[in-house]
Amino acid sequence: MVLGNDASSSSLSNKNLSVLVVDDDPLIRMLHDNYLKHFGLKPLVVENGKEAVDLFQLGTSFDLILMDKEMPIMNGVEATKALRDMGATSMIVGVTSRGSPSEMQAFMEAGLDFCFEKPLTFDMIDFILKELNVNDDDDTNN
Amino acid sequence: MRRQLQTMRKSLFDQGYLDEQFVQLEELQDDANPNFVEEVVTLYYRDSGRIILNIEQALERKPFDFNKLDAYMHQFKGSSSSIGAKKVKAESTLFREYCRSRNGEGCMRTFQQLKKEYATLRRKLEAYFQLARQAGPVETACRPK
Repeated sequence: MVLGNDASSSSLSNKNLSVLVVDDDPLIRMLHDNYLKHFGLKPLVVENGKEAVDLFQLGTSFDLILMDKEMPIMNGVEATKALRDMGATSMIVGVTSRGSPSEMQAFMEAGLDFCFEKPLTFDMIDFILKELNVNDDDDTNN
Repeated sequence: MRRQLQTMRKSLFDQGYLDEQFVQLEELQDDANPNFVEEVVTLYYRDSGRIILNIEQALERKPFDFNKLDAYMHQFKGSSSSIGAKKVKAESTLFREYCRSRNGEGCMRTFQQLKKEYATLRRKLEAYFQLARQAGPVETACRPK
């Protein structure tokens, strides 16, 4: 896989990535959906952690999951733990309004690959996609 | 009219109403999504209005449930940050600090100020979008210096 220097130039490589956005806030869902589309992705969007877990139980897998922390029914920490316990190997990136180091650490320990403070920016998504493409490249070479 | 629009936009940043996050929204606007920013802001005011109401009701109940107030404001702050509402976000942060220090007077005072900033921003953005519609499509806005 040939990697571009920025995600926008490698939007072709991003097209095959499957992405799930998990957030109870409709505004954030809309924003993250559009951010990801800007990078050539077509995310699926759900409202809480349980919906993400249900999808996984149905056999749907994702390359990338953007997981909010505070959600009703099942929060991001619970959902992340559940997904990892079920063997999910997706890159799971926490996106949270709670920015204190201890809160982010607790979220990370649930099984995240990265955790960012809201709101997402283009630079953050670019970083995430580069990490994802690098991981895919390593798997191909191994 | 475009110059007027640019001046209006610049003043929103210079006066501290908006921050860099708003620019990120503008960068998502294109021919396929020509009214994206206005749609996002409209959604923000619709959803955050409910949170404001919840906080108002919570502040009418004594003694204050500071945990609940903090939780509401956490949600409100997140949405406000996402559209780049800088002054509103600042008041949200202050409100949460008063919640954590269990300062009811501080919460009430800050909440009044927050509502003023929230309403002012709404007014200014409505005027901005109205002018933008009249001016027609413009090129991607420049980042503020």
